[in-house]
Amino acid sequence: MNASAGKPVEAAHLTRTRLFSVLGTLTILLIVCAIAGLLFGTAHISLVRAWSETASADHAILFGARLPRVLMGVIVGAALAAVGTALQALVRNPLAEGGILGISGGGALGAILALVFAAKIGGGEATVPACAFVAALTSTVAVYRLAMVDGQLEPFTLLLVGVIFNAFWGAAIMLVNSVVNFYYTHSILFWLMGSLEAPTYGEVAMVAILGLAGFLVLMYHARDMNLLSLGDESAAELGVDVDRLRRIIFIATSIMIGAAVSVSGIISFVGLIVPHTLRLAFGPDHRLLLPASLIGGGAFMVAADLLARVAIAPSEIPVGAITALCGGPFFIYMLRREGRKPLSL
Amino acid sequence: MTTRSHHAVAMRATAIHAGYPGVPVLHGASIEVAAGEMVAIVGPNGAGKSTLLRVLGGSIEPDAGSVDLFGRPLSSVDRREFARTVASVRQENAVAFRFTVMEIVLMGRAPHLGAFRFESPHDVEIASAALERFDLRDLAGRHVQELSGGERKRVFLARALAQEPKIALLDEPTAFLDLKHVAEIFARFRELCAERGMAVVATLHDLNAAALYADRVLLLADGAAVACGTPAEVLTAENLRRVYETDVYVGRNPSTGALIVLPAAIPNVRD
Repeated sequence: MNASAGKPVEAAHLTRTRLFSVLGTLTILLIVCAIAGLLFGTAHISLVRAWSETASADHAILFGARLPRVLMGVIVGAALAAVGTALQALVRNPLAEGGILGISGGGALGAILALVFAAKIGGGEATVPACAFVAALTSTVAVYRLAMVDGQLEPFTLLLVGVIFNAFWGAAIMLVNSVVNFYYTHSILFWLMGSLEAPTYGEVAMVAILGLAGFLVLMYHARDMNLLSLGDESAAELGVDVDRLRRIIFIATSIMIGAAVSVSGIISFVGLIVPHTLRLAFGPDHRLLLPASLIGGGAFMVAADLLARVAIAPSEIPVGAITALCGGPFFIYMLRREGRKPLSL
Repeated sequence: MTTRSHHAVAMRATAIHAGYPGVPVLHGASIEVAAGEMVAIVGPNGAGKSTLLRVLGGSIEPDAGSVDLFGRPLSSVDRREFARTVASVRQENAVAFRFTVMEIVLMGRAPHLGAFRFESPHDVEIASAALERFDLRDLAGRHVQELSGGERKRVFLARALAQEPKIALLDEPTAFLDLKHVAEIFARFRELCAERGMAVVATLHDLNAAALYADRVLLLADGAAVACGTPAEVLTAENLRRVYETDVYVGRNPSTGALIVLPAAIPNVRD
């Protein structure tokens, strides 16, 4: 219409150039964090010796302990942050997150029950993540249903229901803990606190595959998530099948949380801090925010885990405690902000 | 002014019964709109104006009656195809997250784009033209949350325009706007009716705006049509008195000859 019409508005929306430059920058950050995670720890190691002498202790530490742990940190952090982004889009509220909505708690209970009973029913290696997924999905749907008032989702009701579920699952886990054999109590504590201790490469691969599958499904619907920000009815008027989109987000996020929880337990607040920070920095377009959360979440988790390992070395803090220590105050800050300006983030 | 006889019927709803769970609202209302025509739905609060609009927009499935789009039943029209043909602007437009004005307007391009596809320069051009038409150029980079009510309304009208619809459904497009913005918004949609043959259906509380801008007016009461026709045919003192249950004055603006509707004076109201 007007020859100059495109110019000043160019910067006001997401372009391919901006997408790739932001993702490229975050990838560099992730690589830096991952290298730091490999280099530092309770023991000092020489990379050269680790690389050249396969029989050395350095080699064992780097490839046997640190590398799988860093990889798992990247994957779990990436999955949790991407899930947070998707759930926030779904409920149109930046306070949503797997932990806060009780989904991680449900998943952890499922994983623990599977662990305790797997010996009896004789399930294979997939039993624990499968049960975590089913429990996470059940918890998600229950929380969501309970937060619906007259067909409308009430954000604050949702948060309250989520918090209640979270506490309830925590209590159920403690109950299981007190009735089972002492042998399991360490594992249960591990799930409650959230930790990246000693994963195997097999676990890393399993979580990577499930996490990536879930993420690709979410990414396919990234633009629909943008439209959801206008409200369910407006999104439907723009061609989105809202009920179907909700179901897809539930299933994809439950798979991702189920996978993450089955290896790392409940690591809370990652899905809150990472998407929120990235949204402030780069805007809310989910085509950018989802992959940015994936990469940024990985970087954040590896950094938090490094802190968990070295802060009070040689003792180790569960990484879930680190993220919760950062996330608690952050959540309060956001809640206060939200109280003043509802739903405006 | 009327262009109805020259154009095809764009959308038609016949004998609609619809409502919300346990609350029937429409009892056999019908409406049709032709390409290039602006139809106003007027009537008292609770008459079913917005409900009828939502039936046309596909967000409420009628319990009985039929809706068709260019002669095809709504059930045979694919969701995304519908979104490329019909655009709706509702009264309340809450937006979660801080999207910019340009981002919101570009969302109107979604039904034209496949998954993973980015907006092409062509899409950006259409969105920019929509911004231009509603005088929003300078606000393109602003967050919608920072805008005034009138600016915000125009953003959503521009988003609807970016859909390049053949039919626009506007729920109280000028509620809470000042005189200048009311006039401008109607002027823009009259242009669109003339330029593109866009069909416009708008619910309106403001009977004078309906008289001034609409080709035809549908007067609803209790979920059914009381009268339908040109503003002069429908907005009579007798019809309005019956439907609104209050005394009204219907006359002509002495300087323009346009129909005007005023509440009739109530004696001793200031005593």
